[in-house]
Amino acid sequence: MITRIARTAGFSGLLAALLLTLLQSFWVAPLILEAETYESAAPAAEHHAHGAEGAAAHEHSDEAWSPEDGWQRILSTTGGNLVVAVGFALILAALYSLREPKRAATGALWGLAGFAVFCLAPTLGLPPELPGTAAADLGQRQAWWIGTASATALGLALLVFARHWLVKALGAVLLVLPHVIGAPQPEVHQSLAPEALEAQFKIASWLTNAAFWVALGLLSAWLFRRSSQA
Amino acid sequence: MPVTSAKHSIATPVTLSQRVVIAVGASLLGLCLVYFAGFSHIEAVHNAAHDTRHSAAFPCH
Repeated sequence: MITRIARTAGFSGLLAALLLTLLQSFWVAPLILEAETYESAAPAAEHHAHGAEGAAAHEHSDEAWSPEDGWQRILSTTGGNLVVAVGFALILAALYSLREPKRAATGALWGLAGFAVFCLAPTLGLPPELPGTAAADLGQRQAWWIGTASATALGLALLVFARHWLVKALGAVLLVLPHVIGAPQPEVHQSLAPEALEAQFKIASWLTNAAFWVALGLLSAWLFRRSSQA
Repeated sequence: MPVTSAKHSIATPVTLSQRVVIAVGASLLGLCLVYFAGFSHIEAVHNAAHDTRHSAAFPCH
């Protein structure tokens, strides 16, 4: 069972991460790089944008290692994608081990659920942001993000798998609750990059993540079912 | 579902509680990986996975 989960997660994570890197390199990364030209053009504004506590965390960025633009940056982004993708794939494979998908296509539904939990729901409150965008304290946003993802995961699970309507209703409440509480927002909304770039980045981020999740769901379900027959 | 799980338990004798433990363990490992790449405050990790974080819409800066 452990081998089956590990094999499924490893291979599907690897393939989905490569797809994600490909989509990113052509679509998302150029937008990030363009936004960084505004950021480096206005270093004082960037400092301000990060807020007091955010800036404190960023003061060390000159000392810490950072990949150089070009192949180093692409390689380290690929590494980051790989770690995240294998992590998500492990969660999917673990769920499959409890509830085996009857067809590989069922994996696409699990993938869409993953997209809803880890991308769609958190971005409703905290939209994908380019470097140089004003935002609330990092710790608070991370806490809200994790809370929203957890509530959405639990809410979706109750809504789909619960039998009793009252439990289903509880699931629906859990889906809505984080957005009623509201994401931590900055005092002043401001961005160094032009709004058109920001809007384009949001769409690029949503679509690449959706493609990544559907691919990860399909691949993992297919591999998981395949390794049972082997 | 009951049919497949019955068949499965003959092939590999794994009890339900063992399966749950394995599934929870794998999920936790997966969450740790995502947390490490996406949320860790270590500066070098942040810089390396910077574009991953922005692209995945994790809170970054």
